[in-house]
Parts: sequence; structure tokens; C-alpha cells
Amino acid sequence: MKHDFETPLDVAAVRADFPVLEREVRPGVPLVYLDNAATSQKPLSVIEAMNDYYRRYNANVHRGIHKLSEEATDAYEGARKRIAQFINAASYREIIYTRNTTESINLVAWTWGQANLGPGDVILSTEMEHHSNIVPWQLLARRVGCEVRYVPITEGGELDMEAFHQMLDELPVKLVAVTHMSNVLGTILPVREIVEAAHAAGAVALVDGAQSTPHIPVDVQEMDADFFAFSSHKMLGPTGIGVLYGKRAILEEMPPFLGGGDMIKRVELGKSEWNDLPWKFEAGTPSIAEAIGLKVAIDYLEGVGMENVHAHEVAITAYALERLAEVPGVRVLGPSDPTRKGGVAAIVMDDAHPHDIAQILDHEGIAVRAGHHCAMPLHQRYNVVASARASFYLYNTFEEVDRLIEAIYKVKETLTF
Amino acid sequence: MDDLYRELILDHYRNPRKKGLLSPADIDYEEDNPVCGDHIHLTIQLDENNVVRDVGWEGEGCAISQASASMLYETLIGKSLDEIRKISKDDILEMLGIELGPVRLKCALLSLKVLKAGAYGLTAWPGEEED
Ligand SMILES: Cc1ncc(COP(=O)(O)O)c(C=O)c1O
Repeated sequence: MKHDFETPLDVAAVRADFPVLEREVRPGVPLVYLDNAATSQKPLSVIEAMNDYYRRYNANVHRGIHKLSEEATDAYEGARKRIAQFINAASYREIIYTRNTTESINLVAWTWGQANLGPGDVILSTEMEHHSNIVPWQLLARRVGCEVRYVPITEGGELDMEAFHQMLDELPVKLVAVTHMSNVLGTILPVREIVEAAHAAGAVALVDGAQSTPHIPVDVQEMDADFFAFSSHKMLGPTGIGVLYGKRAILEEMPPFLGGGDMIKRVELGKSEWNDLPWKFEAGTPSIAEAIGLKVAIDYLEGVGMENVHAHEVAITAYALERLAEVPGVRVLGPSDPTRKGGVAAIVMDDAHPHDIAQILDHEGIAVRAGHHCAMPLHQRYNVVASARASFYLYNTFEEVDRLIEAIYKVKETLTF
Repeated sequence: MDDLYRELILDHYRNPRKKGLLSPADIDYEEDNPVCGDHIHLTIQLDENNVVRDVGWEGEGCAISQASASMLYETLIGKSLDEIRKISKDDILEMLGIELGPVRLKCALLSLKVLKAGAYGLTAWPGEEED
């Protein structure tokens, strides 16, 4: 079968690196994993790197003057440098380890937000955010008396840029907090333009990179964001580790987040002196194996090439959108141009509730997510309670899209009135 | 799948029984399952002995939640409030005749939860009252 977009990847070779993809969900029913926006699968190299740490050099970091601790510290801090390079940060000091995107955003709310925002100030977010880029700001607003406002989105799933510029002009905006890529619509936002406008208005800009970092090349200096957050587990790495990137000048000024070991230089009973960046924001024993795993995940992604990952997903998404458009009664939320979105198809069907869709798909071995995907306001915007989301990654194939379509026809057969 | 979407369930999903709210009603209660947006609104008329004279309901949601409401509510007519109190989670699962994972279990039990909350103010999920 001829496809509009060719994939640059040898997908069979990629798949061979991911042990779980060999799995059958039930005897004779191979797994089709299309829930990558929730979390990705892990290549063997990542699993083995974490095992290797536990088997050979498990020790705490930054503390011991012994061989194992030195090796662990080297690997842990080496991972930080690798991450800095991957997103083109100016320095490893701008890379703060957290648990995930959610914690990264909460860290900014509790430190920078708490210190800099007050009554009358506005945080400008959007209607397409994940709850993790809404709720921390709502909580902050309650604590300090500022206000959160949301830029609307168009029927076609793009951010309404006219409204954005107007709100930025008219409101006393101190912080712009937007997603780089929507986890439901797949929309890729023009973050360069958004950040530039935010800066021109005297606001600080935070970009939620949870969905973009795994799937498209990211350059934080080019984007010029003040803060950029992402999670390891969506980009072939383990759970339990995420990143907050912040511009050094801003991080230097910020009060610390959690207090404890590692984040201090010197403690007296009356006062303490904070550690240098980035450790000022990292209290307590961190996720060491996970940082090492994330580094190897980045090695894997860069080995394939982020441009190639994206090109592959454009090819798969184009094919999926084309095939889904054939099925009567099926609608996909968000932009229809596959080159302008991530590899996501949030499906709504006339007669079938997303739960029923997901259940019947599961019976065919196909893993999708049904629900509001932590984006209730976005679903409210489109007057649907939920959707069934298929999301692709570098190991998904055209044949898997065919299986998805066959299963969607089964849903129709089963549930149509 | 044949077990999951049995013909009986699909029949109730496509042709729900006792749809339409009653007014006035002695019991009137509605609730959502926030996880998936399933919604059920139940109205009941009782006679002077607290026996169900009629029921009517409205709802939206997945096949399991809506079929479960249709099947359960149809059987209420002629039952006393005491009998209704005894309806358990297992009765619902037996009625549906299928096995469900934890998320879908809530879909199946929303109808009973609404009934118990409306009739007795019990707001726990059926089967989790003791937790
Ligand atoms: C756009 C977006 N932001 C934030 C998050 C939160 O990520 P995590 O749960 O890893 O903190 C997600 C993940 O679901 C996401 O898709």
C-alpha cells in the first residue's frame, strides 16, 4: 500500500529493541500499543542501564568518598549534562531533576509564583492545557490572590492567536503558561511567537513540554522560554523522573522549593545557606537509577534522530487520519493537517461512548486511552464528555493503524443503533 | 466481546426501558461518574406503603452504564424500599452477566449508586460501603 508520507525509519529494527512489543495480550492477540501520550514503552537499553546501576554501582550520590558513590554521582550528573545538550540548554545548571512534568510546574508555582505574583496579577494559560498546567496555577491564585485566565481555542483545534495577543495587551499578565503540544488534539503551538510576545509584555513564559520533548526536536534557547517542563516516562525513559529547565538568571533569584539534604551549602541552627544551581532545588536522595535510565533513553532517541521520529509520526498520523476519515460517524478532534500536529488522534463516534470504544479495542489487543485525558476543559470546549485517544510513537506501524481501523468497524457493528 | 456486549445488554442500550423523568416524584436524584462523564438522573413515585409505583430516568454514557440503569430500574416497580435496600453489587453483576475490570465496574454500578443515594442518602459506591 502506498502512503502519502514515507517513514524514514526501519521500524522492524526499532521494534526489536522494545521487549514488550513482542507480547500477546491474550493467546493469539498481539499487543498494539497506541497509548503513547500516556506513557511510552522502554527499549531494552534503558531497562538494562537501570539494572546495571543496581547490580554494579548502587550508591548514594554526592555523599560518599568511595568508588561506588563516585561512579553513581558521575552517571547521575552525566545524565544531567546529556539532558542539557538534548534540549540545548546553555548550562547543566539549568536542568533541575523533578519527579515529572507535574512536579516541575508545581515547583515553579511554589517558588517563582509564590515570590512574584499577588493580587491584580494575571496568569495566562489556554483552554487546551493538561490539568497539570491548570491546577497548580489555580492553587497559587488561591494562595496569593492573583487570577488565571485562559486563551480560547478555535473549532479547528488551534490556539486563537488573535485572542492571545489581545489578552496579553489588555490584562496585567505576569506569567504565560502554555503547552508546546496538546495531549488530546496534538496541536503544536507557535511557542516561539508566544514567548516573544510574553516577553514584550513583560511576562515570564513557561512551556509544558511533556508531549513535545518525546516527539519533536526541542531547543529551549531558540524557543527562549523561561521555564520548560517534561517527563522521562513519555520519552522512552522510566517513571519517577522529570525535568524543569529554567533560565539561570531566574533560577538564581528564586527561593528554594523543598528543604533538606543536598539543597544546602551550610546549615546552622539559626539559618542555612542554599546550594548552587541546580542542587538548590533538589532536596533529599534523588531518583538515581531513573536519571541514568533517562540518559540512555535520550541516547536512543538521538540515535534514531528526533527529526526522523517526527517524520515517522507524521507518516503514521497522516495514514491514520485518512483511514479514520473513511469511517462514517467517526470524528477526530483537532487539526487535520498531520504535518502540523503530534501523533495523536482523539476519536469521537456518534453512537459509541469512548469507554465502549476502548473496551472493544482492548478485546482486539489495541491499547488506547478513553476519558478526558486530564483535559476536562478542552473536552467541555468541544461539547463532548470524553474521547478515545490513539497516540503513536516511533515503533508503531501502518499495519497497526489497519488493525485500529478494523477494530473501529467492529465498534460500529456492535454498538450502532 | 460476545460476553462483554451480550445481546441483552445491547438491547437495553439501544432501547432503554422506562426512559423519561416523572413529575412529581418522591425520589429524585442525579449523579455523574466524573471519570468518564456517565450521567444518570432517576425519579421514583411511591405508594402509601412505600412500594414503588413507577420509575423514570434519563442518562447518558457508555453502553454498560445505560444498559445497567435500564435493566435495574425496570425491575423496581412493585418493590418496597426495604427490598430495594437489599439489592447488592453482586445482584447487578449477575443481572448483567458479564465480567468487568475496575474502571468498567463503576460504569455498571452507577445506576445502583444513584438508586441508593436517592432512596437512603448512601453515597458510597456499592461494594465499598465498609471501606
Ligand atoms: C501536555 C501534558 N502536560 C503534562 C502532563 C503531565 O505529565 P506527568 O503526569 O508525567 O507529570 C502530561 C501527561 O499526561 C501531558 O500530556
